[in-house]
Amino acid sequence: MEFALSQLSQQVMAARGSERPVYIRGGGTKEFYGEQVDGIAVPDIAVLDVSGYRGVVNYQPSELVITARAGTLLSEIEETLDHENQMLAFEPPRFGPTSTIGGCVASGLSGPRRMAAGSLRDFMLGAKLLDSTGKVLNFGGEVMKNVAGYDVSRLLAGSMGIFGALMEVSIKVAPKPFHEETLVLETDEAGALQQFTEWRGLPVPISATVWVADDTQRAGKLYVRVSGSEPAVAMGMARVGGQVMPADQAKVFWTTMRDQTHPFFQARPLWRVALPPDSPPLEAGPTLIEWNGGLRWLSTEVSPADLRRDVTQRGGHATLYRYDNRPADIPVFHPLPSALRNINQRLKQELDPVGIFNPKRLFPDF
Amino acid sequence: MNESSLSSAPDTGPDFAGFIARLAGTVPAHCILTKVEDTRPYECDGLSLYRALPPVVILPENEEQVVAVLQGCKAFNIPIVARGAGTGLSGGAMPHTQGILLGLAKLNRIKKIDLATATAIVEPGVRNLAISEAASAYGLYYAPDPSSQIACSIGGNIAENSGGVHCLKYGLTVHNVLRIRVVTIDGDIIELGSHAPDSPGADLLAAFIGSEGMLGIVTEVTVKLIPSPSCARVIMASFDSVEAASLAVTNIIAGGIIPAGLEMMDKRAVHMVEPFVNAGYDLDAAAILLCESDGTEEEVDDEVARMEAVFQHAGATKLQVSRSEDERLLFWAGRKNAFPAAGRVSPDYYCMDGTIPRRHLGRVLGAIEQMEDEFGLRCANVFHAGDGNLHPLILFDSNKVNEVECAEKFGAAILELCVQVGGTITGEHGVGIEKINQMCVQFTREELDFFYALKSAFDPYGLLNPEKLIPTLARCAEYGKMHVHGGEIRFPDLPRF
Repeated sequence: MEFALSQLSQQVMAARGSERPVYIRGGGTKEFYGEQVDGIAVPDIAVLDVSGYRGVVNYQPSELVITARAGTLLSEIEETLDHENQMLAFEPPRFGPTSTIGGCVASGLSGPRRMAAGSLRDFMLGAKLLDSTGKVLNFGGEVMKNVAGYDVSRLLAGSMGIFGALMEVSIKVAPKPFHEETLVLETDEAGALQQFTEWRGLPVPISATVWVADDTQRAGKLYVRVSGSEPAVAMGMARVGGQVMPADQAKVFWTTMRDQTHPFFQARPLWRVALPPDSPPLEAGPTLIEWNGGLRWLSTEVSPADLRRDVTQRGGHATLYRYDNRPADIPVFHPLPSALRNINQRLKQELDPVGIFNPKRLFPDF
Repeated sequence: MNESSLSSAPDTGPDFAGFIARLAGTVPAHCILTKVEDTRPYECDGLSLYRALPPVVILPENEEQVVAVLQGCKAFNIPIVARGAGTGLSGGAMPHTQGILLGLAKLNRIKKIDLATATAIVEPGVRNLAISEAASAYGLYYAPDPSSQIACSIGGNIAENSGGVHCLKYGLTVHNVLRIRVVTIDGDIIELGSHAPDSPGADLLAAFIGSEGMLGIVTEVTVKLIPSPSCARVIMASFDSVEAASLAVTNIIAGGIIPAGLEMMDKRAVHMVEPFVNAGYDLDAAAILLCESDGTEEEVDDEVARMEAVFQHAGATKLQVSRSEDERLLFWAGRKNAFPAAGRVSPDYYCMDGTIPRRHLGRVLGAIEQMEDEFGLRCANVFHAGDGNLHPLILFDSNKVNEVECAEKFGAAILELCVQVGGTITGEHGVGIEKINQMCVQFTREELDFFYALKSAFDPYGLLNPEKLIPTLARCAEYGKMHVHGGEIRFPDLPRF
């Protein structure tokens, strides 16, 4: 085992021996996300700092896969892919220049292209995990199809580090589309949802959609990105209609959506509400819609309990994504039915019996 | 003819009579089979090399009955093996000699096809192709298309994370299933995934798909449907070496093209299938590629032109583009009929399923050719070239002395070679009982422990499909092979490259 890895392994073994938890950190850009650590600052000694364990391990453009150590900067990975005209098709948000690929996978967040290309977990092919005994386990690999054993690497995506520390990940990459255009339509929220439903059943190469209200909260703009070969994009543009957005403006716009720097994301509290895409408007406050209706960013005065009740009835889930003042007794993530929660808890218990990895980051009580 | 299959179970086994009595009132008598003549058809799945007679077969007709069966099994400590259509190729549905076989074929209703969300809600026994047939009225279809799609069930697809010819572009089962409803061994009903994107908590849906019936019993599934392409054409390209064909595959992907399907057949496979289907395959070619483009007419024209340019550049000796839907299907007919064609030229065949990084295709095929001499058997190769998933078909005659054993050893050597070049022992057929020894080669003891932890979180009693997928450490010790770190060659006596 090389030095940087053995240091991390020893820290985990020491933590387990002394039954003191460690808090996994890459670039530290997602500390806002998930349950917070009892409201107190984590002492440096308790941080498992993965940022030094970095570097692209293997990248073969024609294999459509990149393998990198967890501390590798997301920006370095994207530059590497860019040289070969490839990309991370799930467009993970970049919360700062120090964002790492490990943090990206652990949080499981995807950006605008997710509605067409798939989510981060869909692109996971393999992972190396530092387990609670300090050993490195290897799951999946670099091949597209692999059904040997359970699909652990996908299970780890979005697990917020509660089962162990990601050390290395293999991710499927995609060629960049040959061509892209963005169209803008004027419509209110109900009209946008109606459009999404129409487009879902048609072979239109839409790679991202955003609807955002104007200041009146009644009318709004619907931004639609079409991607593919030139004939496909031409066909998509004819189907969608609206005004073509100049390419430089479109690029800026989609970056602000992907990185959540659009002014809408300043709202507090900001809820991330996932719904069946045909669900009617929430009517609970200013809303920004992505993923053809599947994702609704919401700024609301409605009580968290009432919001979650409504969202549950619609078959969705609501995350308290960003906030200034944390409402008491409201978990960040949508609570699970007990049978499902128990399976999660048993899994945590089996894999990390002493509870050293990121305690209470994903669930408020373990 | 009324011999009971119960009598074949050891006396020390579970109390099946008590178990069946418990089900009375919930599960009708006609759903419970115990006569040998009735249970015999369930003794194996698509891998008929492995057989076991189940003492009891239960064919539930609704979810309530599934719950009752699982609660009963837990109470009487009886193992359960779930079965869909029984087309699996790794013995995953091989019965347990002291357990019940739970056949889910009667749960075969398509509950909803929803155009507004482009989804379908179906029961696990619904056939893969039946979903697309039902969705076609709305201009939609279900993308994963394993070659057994006419018969295999969606529940079985979930158990195996099935792929198919089109998964290069459209993904595997895991990419196309949004939500499942599951009965746990405790009789609880849980839902994994949802109609909304992502889900709170750990992604147990991803872990469940491909878990080979070891975590729970699926009673309802929501799948994603996609709009049917208005046009599809396939290019058939000949090459005078496997290496040239492999390079063409690499260049297609490197050129930013993701074909709807990209398949390769070697010369032996071509010679095997051509007399069977008369598709006009080039018998002089060392390898043939089938490369499909789909979309609108304009998109397909554009993409086919790009593909042709790549093939010409890679040294294709012959190129043909399908001119009609009939011709497209004819080109595919050979590939899709490779297995029956193997059955025609050889008394028996054994289909392997390793996956390797695409760049090693040429090397691995060369090594397999050398192994033919080593094991004294012939091997035809058909594979999903686009995703590096090999299906070597080892041809043998079970009536000849040692040939079964040689075929098994040949297969094991191929799989271990796949692991050695950075691939895996199974791309889409699953581990089941067939490849359980090779799991000891691919994974360390600690990795297997991780799998057990997941199993135990769902099924602490170990009753769901025991002794499949994840080998016990004792089994690995007996097989004499544990994964070795550091890249040491595990079989120094076998020639490799």
